Amino acid sequence: MSLAYLLRRLGSIVLVLAIVTLAVFILTAVLPGNAALMILGQNASADSLAALTAQLGLNRPLPVQYLSWVWGVLHGNLGMSLRLSLPVSQVVGEAFWNSLALAVTALVAVTAVAIPLGVVAALARGTVVDLLIGLFSYVGTSMPEFVTATLLLVLFASPGAQMLPAGGFVAPGENLLGFLDHAILPAATLGLILVAHISRQVRSEMSEVLSADYIRAARLKGLREGRVIRRHALPNALAPAVAVIALDVGYLLGGIIVVEEIFAWPGLGRLLIYALQNRDLPVIQAITLLLATVYALTNLAADIAIAILDPRVRYA
Amino acid sequence: MRDILRSPTGIAGTVLLLIVFGAALFGPWIAPYDPQAFHATARLQGPSWRYLAGTDQYGRDLLSRLLNGAPATVLFGLGATVLGVGAGAIIGVSAGVAGGRTDTIVMRILDGILAMPELLFTLLIVTFLGGGLGQALLAVAVTFMPGMARIARSAVLSVRTREYVLAAQARGESRLWIVGREVLPNVLGPIIVEATIRVSFAIMIGATLGFLGLGAQPPSTEWGLMVAEARQYMFRNPWCVIGPGVAVAMTAMGFNLFGDALRDAFDPRRKR
Repeated sequence: MSLAYLLRRLGSIVLVLAIVTLAVFILTAVLPGNAALMILGQNASADSLAALTAQLGLNRPLPVQYLSWVWGVLHGNLGMSLRLSLPVSQVVGEAFWNSLALAVTALVAVTAVAIPLGVVAALARGTVVDLLIGLFSYVGTSMPEFVTATLLLVLFASPGAQMLPAGGFVAPGENLLGFLDHAILPAATLGLILVAHISRQVRSEMSEVLSADYIRAARLKGLREGRVIRRHALPNALAPAVAVIALDVGYLLGGIIVVEEIFAWPGLGRLLIYALQNRDLPVIQAITLLLATVYALTNLAADIAIAILDPRVRYA
Repeated sequence: MRDILRSPTGIAGTVLLLIVFGAALFGPWIAPYDPQAFHATARLQGPSWRYLAGTDQYGRDLLSRLLNGAPATVLFGLGATVLGVGAGAIIGVSAGVAGGRTDTIVMRILDGILAMPELLFTLLIVTFLGGGLGQALLAVAVTFMPGMARIARSAVLSVRTREYVLAAQARGESRLWIVGREVLPNVLGPIIVEATIRVSFAIMIGATLGFLGLGAQPPSTEWGLMVAEARQYMFRNPWCVIGPGVAVAMTAMGFNLFGDALRDAFDPRRKR
């Protein structure tokens, strides 16, 4: 992996992000009803509407609005939220950390569950265990988040069971146990599809690797089975799984929108839905830019990780 | 078809799809009650002989509502996919056949769209179009377009230099003829397989939009909306959220399993 390759990738990420922001800007600009209308309500007089529109800068020509926004972003200024009267960087920043805490909790749990599950399924190929894991993964990939979340709520948060809170948030820095208590159900909801997806990928890579000649050679050499799997099979099966995990981050970024809404988790997803409902353009723009950036950087990180895990891969 | 019925995935998928299509075709007729009729004396009941799947907060029969929601769900999944896959395939095939500058520009724009998480993009479009079942369908179709265009394009690129295409070019056939008669039939396989699996995504996203209040509107019997409306009462009668939730999952799983079996049937190398 050369420096030139990295620079080129970063360059294309910047280009893609520019396209994303432009697309979002055009989409939101043609949305019926602007922020002024949403703030003042349907019954506002034409005069006050025009005054507020001018005050919010929404009457300037579109290219001017876009360029002034880009200029601000390049100088680290994301503007003011039209609805919350707070700097966007503050609103979005707070939500970002809350979302990140949830996403990391989910990803750690998923990786810890999915990889062993996939390995077990590959080792037990063709048995009942494999079939059950396969069935579980089909059920997992076929349940939209709102269904999983609702079923989990019925099971664990009903007044009868009362094992876990039905929603809300506690900052991890404040009270770690309280945070985990609130994070279990949303993280499990996000995790189900991911576990299904990743374990299926690990299983198929692992079963391919297990039938390779070098594994036979390792066994013939008299190595114990545990060592064959840990040292020879697993590293080779994991590289493709890493790529899938990176793709799944993209899914996670979308899934978080629904899950946060259901569990009243004060993160980016919930903020996005609020901003969309209120036509809060600067907030919508900032969140979209942030999510797309995270997604693009994860893909880059995955490519780098694959190159490190598999020395045969060369990017030029 | 015989290949599909040979694998357990294929059998399970086919059975699920038969149930779903059966419900979609005959559901509204075999429903025991009017899906909108209130039974004031029987609110939030669990399953019983009178109400096989229980009743919701207004005493409406859940089984009748589920059966009446089936056609909309299946049509939504198929409609959004056909629209998105069709448009995407046209864009992808055109870009692949045109090549050069056009190809680069089109693919760059698609990359930009694909850089957004799928649900985020759908939400933006649906907000732009305004909530409603038709708008949600259109939004899902637009979301599917770029991914499909990419698959179609790479399929075209892989057959473009095959001998039979070169032979047609040497015979002096027109470009349109080559695309229609030589390229398309050979790239159809991967497109159909992808489309089948996409139907399950479409159904899940459609139900999710309904759940968020951006898709079908009350008093529709759309399953996602049914879960959203019954959420307040889920602890008093879990059946009114379990029923529609399981229905969505079953339908999506049917298309998922069937699509996977289809892929294996198309591609003998993947058979295990």
